[in-house]
Amino acid sequence: MAVMNLAVLLLAASVCFCSRHKSEKVPKLVNSQYGSLWPLPQSAQISVTAFQLSRSGFQIVHAPKSSAGPRCYLLGEAFRRYFEYIFGYSKRQNKDRKQSGAGAEVSELQVLITSSAPQCDGYPSVSSDESYQLTVDQPTAVLTAPEVWGALRGLETFSQLVYKDEYGTLHINRSEIKDFPRFNHRGILMDSSRHFLPLKVILANLDAMAMNKYNVFHWHIVDDQSFPYQSPLFPELSKKGSYHPYTHVYTPTDVKMVIEFARMRGIRVISEFDTPGHTQSWGLGQKGLLTPCYSGEKPSGTFGPVNPILNSTYDFMTQFFKEVSSVFPEAYIHLGGDEVDFSCWKSNPDIQKFMEQQGFGSDYSKLESYYIQRILDIVTGTRKGYMVWQEVFDNGVKLKPDTVVEVWMGNTLEEELQKVTSAGYTTILSAPWYLDYISYGQDWQKYYKVEPLTFNGTDTQKKLVIGGEACLWGEFVDATNLTPRLWPRASAVAERLWSDKDVRDIDDAYSRLSQHRCRMVQRGIPAEPLFVGHCDYEYGGL
Amino acid sequence: MAMFKNRDPSWNAPEVSQSFLGDVLQLSCAALFLLAIVVPPAQGVWPLPQNLTSSAERYSLSPREFNFLYDKGSAVQPGCTILDTAFKRYFRIAFSGYSGGKPLTGNEKSGCVSPGGSSCGSAPLRALVVNVQKGGCDGFPDLNSKEDYKLSIADGLGSLSAVSVWGALRGLETFSQLVYQDQEVTYYINKTDVVDFPRFAHRGLLLDTSRHYLPVRSILETLDAMAYNKFNVFHWHIVDDPSFPYQSPTFPNLSSKGAFHPQTHIYTMTDIKRVIEHARLWGIRVIPEFDTPGHTESWGKGQPGLLTTCYKGSVPSGTFGPVNPMLNTSYQFMSKLFDEISSVFPDSYLHLGGDEVSFTCWKSNPDIQQFMKKMGFGTNYRKLESFYIENLVKIVTALNKNSIVWQEVFDNAVKVPADTVVHVWKGSKKQYSQEMSSVTAGGFKVLLSAPWYLNAIRYGQDWKNAYKVEPLGFNGTAEQKKLVMGGEACMWGEYVDATNLTPRLWPRAGAVGERLWSDEAQTSNVDTAYNRLAEFRCRLLRRGIRAQPLFVGYCDHEYEGI
Repeated sequence: MAVMNLAVLLLAASVCFCSRHKSEKVPKLVNSQYGSLWPLPQSAQISVTAFQLSRSGFQIVHAPKSSAGPRCYLLGEAFRRYFEYIFGYSKRQNKDRKQSGAGAEVSELQVLITSSAPQCDGYPSVSSDESYQLTVDQPTAVLTAPEVWGALRGLETFSQLVYKDEYGTLHINRSEIKDFPRFNHRGILMDSSRHFLPLKVILANLDAMAMNKYNVFHWHIVDDQSFPYQSPLFPELSKKGSYHPYTHVYTPTDVKMVIEFARMRGIRVISEFDTPGHTQSWGLGQKGLLTPCYSGEKPSGTFGPVNPILNSTYDFMTQFFKEVSSVFPEAYIHLGGDEVDFSCWKSNPDIQKFMEQQGFGSDYSKLESYYIQRILDIVTGTRKGYMVWQEVFDNGVKLKPDTVVEVWMGNTLEEELQKVTSAGYTTILSAPWYLDYISYGQDWQKYYKVEPLTFNGTDTQKKLVIGGEACLWGEFVDATNLTPRLWPRASAVAERLWSDKDVRDIDDAYSRLSQHRCRMVQRGIPAEPLFVGHCDYEYGGL
Repeated sequence: MAMFKNRDPSWNAPEVSQSFLGDVLQLSCAALFLLAIVVPPAQGVWPLPQNLTSSAERYSLSPREFNFLYDKGSAVQPGCTILDTAFKRYFRIAFSGYSGGKPLTGNEKSGCVSPGGSSCGSAPLRALVVNVQKGGCDGFPDLNSKEDYKLSIADGLGSLSAVSVWGALRGLETFSQLVYQDQEVTYYINKTDVVDFPRFAHRGLLLDTSRHYLPVRSILETLDAMAYNKFNVFHWHIVDDPSFPYQSPTFPNLSSKGAFHPQTHIYTMTDIKRVIEHARLWGIRVIPEFDTPGHTESWGKGQPGLLTTCYKGSVPSGTFGPVNPMLNTSYQFMSKLFDEISSVFPDSYLHLGGDEVSFTCWKSNPDIQQFMKKMGFGTNYRKLESFYIENLVKIVTALNKNSIVWQEVFDNAVKVPADTVVHVWKGSKKQYSQEMSSVTAGGFKVLLSAPWYLNAIRYGQDWKNAYKVEPLGFNGTAEQKKLVMGGEACMWGEYVDATNLTPRLWPRAGAVGERLWSDEAQTSNVDTAYNRLAEFRCRLLRRGIRAQPLFVGYCDHEYEGI
């Protein structure tokens, strides 16, 4: 969809801006019964009874019966973070503020983890339980969740229920919320190869992801343009392949920090090491890895995809992926496998000979499959699962049953989902959510209106769609513009992936999302505006 | 996934036909800096000077020794506010990265870091001596300000001469862009001669503070970046339908009722003075726009009776339309308000708007209908619009100000003084070219904005479209073309606030900056422009401007905020 429509959209955009202030249909701001909740919980009952909260008279604590306690640092940090989110902007509130006559107060949020294995020190996974229940009453509100992952989501919801009245007093209404995600895999792809993304930007966006209940950071860490991942085993890769070997790399410490920061927010970090295409930068630090291209009978001096006919290639990949699988605790690695250009392989006489030997004829997709198959076997040997871009499936490579196929081609989205799921593979979709494709106006609506399960298929097939990802490819994006370009546009995708499929009212969404974006701004995230209007606290961090 | 090679439909430049790392690296600024050691780095100046020659001979600059000096024969001397502050500013900019460290070692002093050889042994550049022919440091720039300058770096001597301080400011900017760092250690400048002047006198940027409020800090930062791009007009679209942030001493209710918030989302007199002074120090004019009679919803909140009451059938509908053009009170109000505005804003031009007036409300109102009859306008509401605008222009003329209006005012054949400037904003290339033709054939001066609506974003390198515009490409005589004063890049505010303004503006507006400053023939190639602009974008980052990337690549010093 994204690819096909793009041409049309661009055409339309180039025709005219007939009116200076032309814009797409602007939704109505309504007074949503759900306030500023985003993404909308599966079930929320919010009464009109409001209680007060005060900085000095409120705390977030472990419930006495919780299986998590003071040693659950993940929750301890989250309590502090959400306390700051709630009160950070009202520091001058009078501590001695008298309770008004009717002003009942919520003085405590108790967090109750019910599972005997609360997961305080674990890593989130595709099967993590993110469900929670939240009861807001006075004097005590209770957040119940089987695992800490649900508690994190519930804390975000609690913080979104708090609002300020005209006098600066904080309130929260009596509420009953039961919530769980519609899809388990809700990801954001950031690309640190086309442009290097300083750590600070990545961390800030992990914060923003948590505010939107995202749970996967798909780290497209290397590609043709640069190789910023510093490999302890193969230090030459980043030394030669990064934009700069000191200022434009991710050291092992950096990577650890990202992983831990994400874990604390219930976010998985899935690294992508895309091969055999998209690997120009690999070749700079690993001689002999890429295929030498030929011009006539002589090497042209340029290189193509990874050389699939050499044992040395597979030796290298074995060691490299062994390292990657220990650096990234996440159970899945993304192996890429997209957009392999065959022209270089075709030009190379050794490759031609190999093709003959293998009986591939002139079908280079067989060579590609041959390569991928061996890489998959290597990764299987590290006891990791893998994700791949759709071409790998399309080319008929034999995949493990737990493989996740990522569908990114828009023009064949529905058929592809149908095929992948009927073959029994789990899948995620990113085709409709290429957020790097910008256009004028309220494009968040387009992302919001996507329904992932409209393809023809049985219920069993539909269950194999485990989620989706918003992709922000880096050709035109770096630290200067990433955050405002991502938010709140990615928030639209977040609600589609978390909330019930019937949550589709654009006016209601617009009203909640406008407030949600102001909340992100207030929390220090430069989320861009949806349309004309203002926030009480405008972005101050220029 | 990435579709790297064919993902950018807007772009067919040679860079993309190869996806080699090496090629990509060449696009990056650091590689250009390295190249600069061999090739004169002066090609990096943005916007491109009219005449620039340089050689590989270079001089080192030491931040511990270097000085900006006034020439003995200069008409302005120490104490000149404009230049004193500019020296301070440009010292910091030229030596960005300098932290006041240790004195230079002998080796570095000799300037023999590069194996190139030719530069070895040349003297350091100890000073840039500035000579301004005409005095005047306390005034404001205007349409006739002389921005010409000559800059010469030779034999270890730097000299900058200009007719006015405004030209000196432009020359200082060029000077600062000629300074580069070798291996992050020594600062250098090559032997260079520049004779430069702007192609167009009016090089503007429009910011819209009504659809979203922009904190003063955002505006000041934009002014800084404008000066780096040699823009000289800040067109402040300060009020519009959604909000009225201008705090008027005469009519305080306008902002207390019409702003998004009466305290936090307004511009006080102090704010406005600060903006005007900051702009002056950079040689930038501030032209405010108070757009009427349409685009005035927010005015009505603080000034009851100003707007036309719309009717539904025979009863008022509760909504309001454009300014009520038939009431004397409307004109009395405008007289007082514009009297205030003309004293607050020193520039001799005011932008009066006059665009997109919707007639439906006027048509619905029985009093207006009667007035139309009385005036003999028939059902031609354009005549009513003209009636209003003519009255307004009279008011403004009486205040000794010149007017700029959006093109509808011309299209509707409003009678306006001959020196009124018409601002062309509508349509395709064909349409705006036609409009430029007609307006200038009518003898009016004209500003072009139609192809430079930078708020209209699209995927890819859309700066190229802005760059390829030829403002004089319309049919017309030489006399007609002289009436083109310049143009403006517009950043309307529907989707823009402090969170995304800066990266959306820069470096895209830089494309317009060069088109309005530089020689057309020398800047006709987008590919060579790409390299300079990519390098310039890294300079902007170094100066703290959150300018977004043109394409893949990197800067030595990336933006470190979020």
